[in-house]
Order: sequence, then C-alpha cells, then structure tokens
Amino acid sequence: MNNRKSNYLKNQKMGNIYWGYLMIAPTMIGLFILNIFPIFQTLYLSLTKSGAFGKVTFIGLKNYIDIFHDKLVIQSFLNTFIYTILTVPVGVFLSLTAAVLLNSKIKGKTVYRTLFFLPVVSVPAAVALVWRWIFNSKFGFINNILSLLGVKGINWLTEPKFAMIAIVVVGIWSMIGYNMIVLLAGLQEISPTYYEAAEIDGAGPIRKFFFITLPLITPTLFFVIITTFISSLQVFDLIYMMIERTNAVLPKVQSVVVLFYRYSFERNMKGYGSAIITMLFFVILLITYVQLKLQKKWVHY
Amino acid sequence: MGSLLESSEKGKGDIVMKKSTYKYKNGLTIHTLLIIGSIFMFIPFIWTILTAFKTLPEAIQVPPTILPENYNFSNFTKALKSLPFFRFYFNTIAVIIIRVIVSTFFAAMAAYAFARIKFPGRNIMFMFVLIQMMVPTQIFIIPQYLIVQKLGMLNSIGALVFPGIVTAFGTFLLRQFFMGLPMELEEAAIIDGANKWQIFTKIMLPLARSGMISLSIFTALFAWKDLMWPLIVNSDLEKMPLSAGLAQLIGQFFTDYPVLMAGSILAITPMVIVFILFQKQFISGVALSGGK
Repeated sequence: MNNRKSNYLKNQKMGNIYWGYLMIAPTMIGLFILNIFPIFQTLYLSLTKSGAFGKVTFIGLKNYIDIFHDKLVIQSFLNTFIYTILTVPVGVFLSLTAAVLLNSKIKGKTVYRTLFFLPVVSVPAAVALVWRWIFNSKFGFINNILSLLGVKGINWLTEPKFAMIAIVVVGIWSMIGYNMIVLLAGLQEISPTYYEAAEIDGAGPIRKFFFITLPLITPTLFFVIITTFISSLQVFDLIYMMIERTNAVLPKVQSVVVLFYRYSFERNMKGYGSAIITMLFFVILLITYVQLKLQKKWVHY
Repeated sequence: MGSLLESSEKGKGDIVMKKSTYKYKNGLTIHTLLIIGSIFMFIPFIWTILTAFKTLPEAIQVPPTILPENYNFSNFTKALKSLPFFRFYFNTIAVIIIRVIVSTFFAAMAAYAFARIKFPGRNIMFMFVLIQMMVPTQIFIIPQYLIVQKLGMLNSIGALVFPGIVTAFGTFLLRQFFMGLPMELEEAAIIDGANKWQIFTKIMLPLARSGMISLSIFTALFAWKDLMWPLIVNSDLEKMPLSAGLAQLIGQFFTDYPVLMAGSILAITPMVIVFILFQKQFISGVALSGGK
C-alpha cells in the first residue's frame, strides 16, 4: 500500500517535470535565442569594431571612450533627457485628468474614450506625417491659426527649440489615450464606499480627489510613470519620421535610439551602435532603480 | 442606477433641487474639459481628411480653405498607384495573424506550466522571462538582425515575424491570469486521470480565453505599430508592412501633402475600424497591462 502510494507520487513528480519542461520549451528556447543570448552578444559587440564583410575585431573599451568624445552621442543623450523630462510630467498629468473626468457619471463616455484612444491605434509613421503637415511653417494648421491671432508663423521643424516642442507635443498626444485607460482601470478599483463616506462628511470634488482618489491611485500612477519614462527614453518613430535626414535641426533633436539606428544600420558601425545602446540600457536601469527606491515615499499599497 | 436614485429622491423638495443643479453644473465643466481635450485629440485627423481631398494648390493657398472646394479622390489613387498598398496590407495582416496565433499559444503553454506545475528550475527559468521584460528591446536588435541575415531571411515575411514568435510579456501576463483561477477546477480532472496537457487544453485554455484575447490584441497592436524592425530587415517594397511602407511615401511626395495625407488615411483606417468593432477587448487588454 505504502509502496504503491510512493510510486504514485514518484510518477506524479516525474510527470510534472516532463510536462513542465515540455510546455515551457518553445517559449524558453525562443527567449534564449532571441533575447537572453543577444544581451550578451550586444555586450560583446560593444567591445568590438565591425569592419567590412562582417569582420569583427576586439578593441576593448575603445567604443565607450569614443562615446564620451562624440558630440553627437552626448547631444543625443541630452535630447532624449529633455524629451523625457518634458513629456512624462505633462503627459501623465493630462492622462490622469482625462481618466478622472471619464470616471465620473456623465453621458457619452464611450465617444470621448474612443476619440482619446484613436492615436494609440494609429501607425506612428502616419501620425508623424500628419503632424509634419500640421506643423508646416507656411501652410500648416497651427501657423494658420496663429496668423488669425496676428502671430507671425513659427518655423516649427527647422529651429531646434521649436522642433523639440513639436516632437514633445506629438509624443504626448500619442500616449494620452493609452495611459488614460490604464489609470481608468485603477480608478475603477476604488470602492465607492470611500466616496460615500466622504460625501457624508461634506467633502467636495476637489477634497475627494486629493484625499481619496490620488492616494489610492498611486500604485497605478507609479506604474504609468515608470513605463512612460522607459518608453520616452526609447523614443524613435516620431523623430525618425518627423525630422528628415537632411534637416539641419536633426542633431539637436535626435534621440539616442535614432542615433543607435543610424550608426548600426545606416553606417554599419554595429560595434559602436552596441556601445551606445548599452549605455542607454544602463541609464534606464539607473533611473528605474532610483524610481523604485523613491516610490516608498509616495506610493501607498 | 442614476435614474433609480433620482426617482427615489423626487419630491423631497428643496434639498434635492439644489443637489441636482450642483451636479448639472459639475457635469457641464466635465463635458467642457472633455470636449476641449477631444478637439485636441481629433483635430489632426480632421485636418488630414480635409487635406486629402484638396488639390495641391488648394492645400497651400493663403488664406487656407477649411473644406475642400471639390472632394476629389485623385490623391488616393496617386498614393495607391505609387506604392503597393495592398501588398502592405497583406504583409501586415499576415505578420499579425502569425505572431498572434503562435506567440499567444506558446505563451499560454509556458504560463500554465509556470503557474500550475511544480518542476525543478522553475524559478530560474521564470527569472529569464522577467529579465527579458526589463531590458530595452533595442539591445536584442543587432543580434536578431545577424541571425535573420545568416538564415538568409532578409526581405521576407519570416523576417518580420521572427522576433515576435515568443513573448515574455505575454507569458508573464497569462501566468498572472492562470494563478487567479481556482485550484479545484483541476482536481476533478486529476482524479479522472487526465494528464497536464489534457488539463491545459480542455480546462485551462477555454477559461483563459479573455486573457488570451487581450494578449492577442496587444500583440496585434504592437506588430501594427512597429517601425524600426521592419525598416531594418526588409528593404524590398513588396515585402514591407504598412508602417515601414508609409515611410517610403515621404521620399516620393516630399511636399505633396494632399497625397501624403491620403496615404496616411489609407494606413490609419484599417486599425481604427478594428478598434471601433472590438473596443471592449482593446480597452480590457490595455487595462490588463497595468497589472490589474
């Protein structure tokens, strides 16, 4: 009896090992080939120089030393930080506002939600094309409106300062819908009993927002901030599509990932490109780590 | 709910009146803010549509017209003639279908094993899933490109599909989903002598349907919007998806904005229609990504 039972358990255990490995096999094999091994390969490539015909020579840390002397790389990191620092707070603030407004009992919610979400389902290449036209200095929509107000047209996409603003506006416009939905899901988790209790105590909408909504939404807000930070640091599509290669403003607005793409695939400097993207990886890691540490101060679980 | 409350409060006199006017005012502010927001979100689309029907001289005349003088479709035919849009659609749909089916199924398998089967090394394996999610995707791109190149797959649908056949994010997402399902469901099947595969396909997969639909929509949206990878692996126009194909339009119609706008509409519309049809699934898919 005892023997049979232990046999059964043994079979059960062997079965678990068999099925467990069999079922994770496709994902894990794919993950190792496509992701885990490539991490190490990129780290290795960042220590090499890629020559003609795919020849790779080991050069140690030279790429990293060169990066610190490459004005284009330093400028692209700076551009990326400026883009991120402008996009994240404004974008998250507007997403939260939209989510809170849509969380109230009003009619036509689906219509608003649809309008806000449309940019999320649009192809970035098309979005960038559309905005290039809107920001067109002579015939664009924005300068047309400005001229009605008596303001002289602005060279949106050819002056560094304005080009960055234009890209930031498009970046924010593209992400509001997505973050709004995530925050809305968080808001709907808040039990209505809190609000009922506050109403009995005579709290108005503003007090309710600051004393109930905001503290209870912090975990979701934290998630949204972190993901927006990471995706902003990786901005590519908008800049690649909105700013021509021949546009003199390019060095002043191109992001790290755009530069990584240009070095790695247009100039075929894969070793140098690998070093640039490795640097970005460490920057993202550092910022995420700092945010995880800081969250204890403001996120309420 | 709202109408119920109102009817029960009717006839309570002054206080109710005050409360309802207060609510009405509040609703007005909310609507005003949301309408302003909607205009900001929607004007680019309107301006695109209006421009797409204008002739080039009309689009660049000063002062501008708002509505086109004549609605002509020549910009659309120009865009369709200069680029193989129907190939772009086909390539995009093919990539999305293959990616969605293969990666969702693999992710569900792995997710079930990680959530419900105890085997040695499970935690270490799962750690690799987490690592993939934390590393920026560009880190993988050069090695992935080198593999595709070595396999001679450049300029093929296969190249577009390749990095998307497995998904760490999807595995993580579905694992959460499986962990939330009650254990008792499996016990009866185990007593009946079903093996793990039978439990997975007969009991778990049907239960995970909503999670898998959300993941599918997520995968589709990602494949639809991806630009860098298609630009890298496919330079042949016939093999490009919409995202990269549209990028070629700029080179040809650099300043012919009406044609560019027509092209943008051709590229945006399909997913907008899909979104409007499956709005609920899109929203729940995105909501799920927030870890809820």
